[in-house]
Amino acid sequence: MTDFLLELRSEEIPARMQDKARDDLARLFAAELAKAGLHTDAIVTFATPRRLALIARDLPDATAAVSEETKGPKTSAPPQALEGFLRKTGLTREQLVERDGVFFAVVERAGRATADVLAEAIPAVIGAFPWPKSMRWGEASRTTESLRWVRPLQGIVALFGEDVVPCEIAGVVAGAATVGHRFHHPGVITIGSASDYVEKLHACHVVVDQDERRALIRERASALAEAAGLALVEDEGLVAENAGLTEWPVPLLGRFDDAFLSVPPEVIQLTARVNQKYFVCRDREGKLANAFVCTANIDAVDGGAKIVEGNQKVLAARLSDAKFFYETDLKVPLEEQAAKLDRIVFHEKLGTVADKVDRVAKLARWLVEEGIVGGSSPSSATTTVVTPAQAGVSRDGAGQEPHETPAFAGATKEALADLAERAARLAKADLVTGMVGEFPELQGLMGGYYAAAQGEDPRVAAAIRDHYKPVGQGDDVPTDPVTVAVSLADKLDTLIQFFRVGDKPTGSKDPFALRRAALGVLQTIIANRLHLRLMPLFLWFSRKEETGRYDQPSLLEGPIEEAFVTRDLGNLETLSPRILSGNGLALIDFFADRLKVQQREAGVRHDLIDAVFALGGEDDLVRLLARVRALQAFVGTEDGANLLAGYKRAANILKKEGVPQSVTPAQAGVSGDGAGQEPREAPASAGATAGVDATSVATEPAEAALGAALDAAEPAAADAVAREDFEAAMAALATLRAPIDAFFEAVMVNDPDPAKRAARLDLLARVRKAVHTVADFSKIEG
Amino acid sequence: MAASHPSAPAPGEPLSFQRMILTLHDYWSAHGCLILQPYDMEMGAGTFHPATTLRALGPNPWNAAFVQPCRRPTDGRYGENPNRLQHYYQYQVILKPSPPDLQELYLGSLAAIGIDFTRHDIRFVEDDWESPTLGAWGLGWEVWCDGMEVTQFTYFQQMGGFDCKPVAGELTYGLERLALYLQNKDSVYDLAFNDAQGNQPQMTYGDVFLENERQMSAWNFEVADTERLFDLFRKATAECESCLEAKLPIPAYEQAIKASHVFNLLQARGVISVAERQAYMGRVRDLAKGACAAWMEKNGWAA
Repeated sequence: MTDFLLELRSEEIPARMQDKARDDLARLFAAELAKAGLHTDAIVTFATPRRLALIARDLPDATAAVSEETKGPKTSAPPQALEGFLRKTGLTREQLVERDGVFFAVVERAGRATADVLAEAIPAVIGAFPWPKSMRWGEASRTTESLRWVRPLQGIVALFGEDVVPCEIAGVVAGAATVGHRFHHPGVITIGSASDYVEKLHACHVVVDQDERRALIRERASALAEAAGLALVEDEGLVAENAGLTEWPVPLLGRFDDAFLSVPPEVIQLTARVNQKYFVCRDREGKLANAFVCTANIDAVDGGAKIVEGNQKVLAARLSDAKFFYETDLKVPLEEQAAKLDRIVFHEKLGTVADKVDRVAKLARWLVEEGIVGGSSPSSATTTVVTPAQAGVSRDGAGQEPHETPAFAGATKEALADLAERAARLAKADLVTGMVGEFPELQGLMGGYYAAAQGEDPRVAAAIRDHYKPVGQGDDVPTDPVTVAVSLADKLDTLIQFFRVGDKPTGSKDPFALRRAALGVLQTIIANRLHLRLMPLFLWFSRKEETGRYDQPSLLEGPIEEAFVTRDLGNLETLSPRILSGNGLALIDFFADRLKVQQREAGVRHDLIDAVFALGGEDDLVRLLARVRALQAFVGTEDGANLLAGYKRAANILKKEGVPQSVTPAQAGVSGDGAGQEPREAPASAGATAGVDATSVATEPAEAALGAALDAAEPAAADAVAREDFEAAMAALATLRAPIDAFFEAVMVNDPDPAKRAARLDLLARVRKAVHTVADFSKIEG
Repeated sequence: MAASHPSAPAPGEPLSFQRMILTLHDYWSAHGCLILQPYDMEMGAGTFHPATTLRALGPNPWNAAFVQPCRRPTDGRYGENPNRLQHYYQYQVILKPSPPDLQELYLGSLAAIGIDFTRHDIRFVEDDWESPTLGAWGLGWEVWCDGMEVTQFTYFQQMGGFDCKPVAGELTYGLERLALYLQNKDSVYDLAFNDAQGNQPQMTYGDVFLENERQMSAWNFEVADTERLFDLFRKATAECESCLEAKLPIPAYEQAIKASHVFNLLQARGVISVAERQAYMGRVRDLAKGACAAWMEKNGWAA
């Protein structure tokens, strides 16, 4: 058993690529070994700015001998078959083995020296290396076929035991020589074997193990801060980046002028972090201190005095720029900045940022005025039974008045709407400030500072600051109604506008981050339990095409609503020819997909979401999730599992018999008459059963019992759905379980008497339809 | 070398601005570079110099070093900011094909101008260079000295949309930054431009350029006649096109440089909207790429 060492030395490898490069090296190397029949469980990898290294332990000195057996023709086969087999294998008749009347060709392959395998594996690994960006260099680059590497490859150390593995790639010959630290030990050092690699490099000021460098930086930086009576602001990203920039990391503490602390701390931290890769520190009160920690790559002879001095100067220059921008920006009111937004194109098809701001302001106001945001305080997130405010959702005649819940504590609805509109109108103004021009990451945050400085209502300032939130999973979700209104309006506008002009994300392409926007909307809606229907908004924006302006958003009207619910695209186009081209439905589907992704992490089954979405017409996501959760709880019970089995059996029979599916929209209270669902079921077998009362031909007791159970369960389930009490709807369905099981036990559907058969099919169709009032169980897996 | 010059500073004294340039000239001359003079046109970066752009194309070896004044009208601060200038100098080295010891050669030049690697922290920080205007990109680093970016170090991969065969290594030193660093000054205007010599007193960078910054900032931002600038842009692009038709890539390239600078002036005057900006840049890019293509064709080089 022998250890193998490989070091690929190059000019400085970008820090951000080093971790993946180690993984790729281990993976490619193991794959090359596996091709030769060698396996090793003990591969360690290292990366520094100048080298990528691998140690594979306990490799055998040769691969095992292999006996390969190929099956040939039967001994009784015609001679041509045998001749063909001999040609293919290159063997003679005498060399074949006969067994059970069949010829076999047996080839014994001797083991290969591992060193030979390695000599082939090294160039193969280098040639196939998947650097995110690679380059050509030097004399060899006269052709574009020359070797590509992340930066020029300078040397290869390849030692199997103590012996060099002889190989060469692009003129670089493998050997035992490498170099130490660029400045501390620039000369050649000779490595003996894998066992002395790490130690020899360490003696030459190279800490080859990235984890050790990270630990050094982490510990030393904290200790420096502590010694200065401060606390380091920990930042693992910075630890890794600095470890990727150094072979001999030496953290050093520097200071900057107190006067810069008048600049918002986020600005200082960002400047220090992004531009200079410095850590920042806090004082005992938790406030940002005038200290930073940089990480040098040398042990300087003066203890780092000159290095600190130089770094302090660079940071001071950066901070004085930032301070200048901040102070200049403070002199200009945000309204004045916002007026410049008409110069910035939001998107070539969608006008300027000023246009967007106007839409967002109207939408934010509407969300508050309709009580969708701020209309009712969020109920407890733990209950699965939703009693929604229904504000802005219910339709005339549906028997539900919009709740006039007292508006947000201390503010009338009108006042809240004013705040939301004000915040929305100023929210993008910081895009034209000097600071955001310099640091685009600070958008929102700076607007919040500037708004507070010019005396805006604190909720307006907070909404400007936070309206981009949540940015991805794990980010804070806004809860203050003013922020929620602006955040939702901004993201909804972006989504609806891009979908309206047909610019949807495809595959990996999502240049306008619409997936993230949709996720943000979902998180906000769910966390705040908002009842917001997406479709009316889509139509509102679309209507601009007809009227040339945005009126107040309005709810869907009867026939359009109906066509939407049933996904009757043809009818939709007739009713509203210029405003809908399927893009609205595409947006709903887009949300459904995002919802599945988002809910997967919360442990919600995607097939259950599908089962509810498949009913069509649901664009209130809170209601949808309530239904999905109730469904998930239900199918987890024995009743649920058995009902699902019974349903599938019924559905299969109906499918085989060609009984068409019914459509029962998921949207509660949709059918308008308030009395539950209007039957849209086609007769089970048209013609044959016309006028036949199914129960009158019920000859078996189990049949009659199922009929009776359906009589009770159907209205109970429909009523519960209309009340949005989905647990009660599941409970109503659960009553069907025993009668269905008994029915399948005792009754044969395919009775020779056509009337009996039709009546039984009709019963099954009723079962299917009753189940579909809750969800399309055919989408449920298992 | 340097020590034999009559005006050489005392050992340990930092180099003046001009002495630093002369030292770099000596160093790169000793390493086989042609020492060229600045191109006599306004341009935004040393890379625009035809000795870089055009010579990066084709198979012929090319080693040259030169100072190139750079004009970035929007960076003007009327002489009031200690670090920002609308006119400053880059030191440009191009070595083609890139030699195997390019990093060592570069570090040698830093040592030559007085940077002590036992006291200063030199690092190569990833920086991929791309010039949409020139249809060019390369991989390399910004070189940091104690946290300050002092050089752009690039292996050109493409120029004018053509693969570089072979690849050239390009070093672009920010001369004022290096000098600020070497001389330990906080303001560019306080830099020692020269060393006092006989009757010639020591002059500062400000003595030479402060008034220039004030007046040029005022012109760039306030005075330049935008109608005439638009007209200049149109004329330069038209001229470039007729040069391309006449199969004269070098004059065509000059007109592309001119158009690029006029565009920068228009930007400083704030008369180009965000939407139009892309269109103007695209126009300049097409001209520059056209000139590169014509240069390839004229020399009979295959893409």
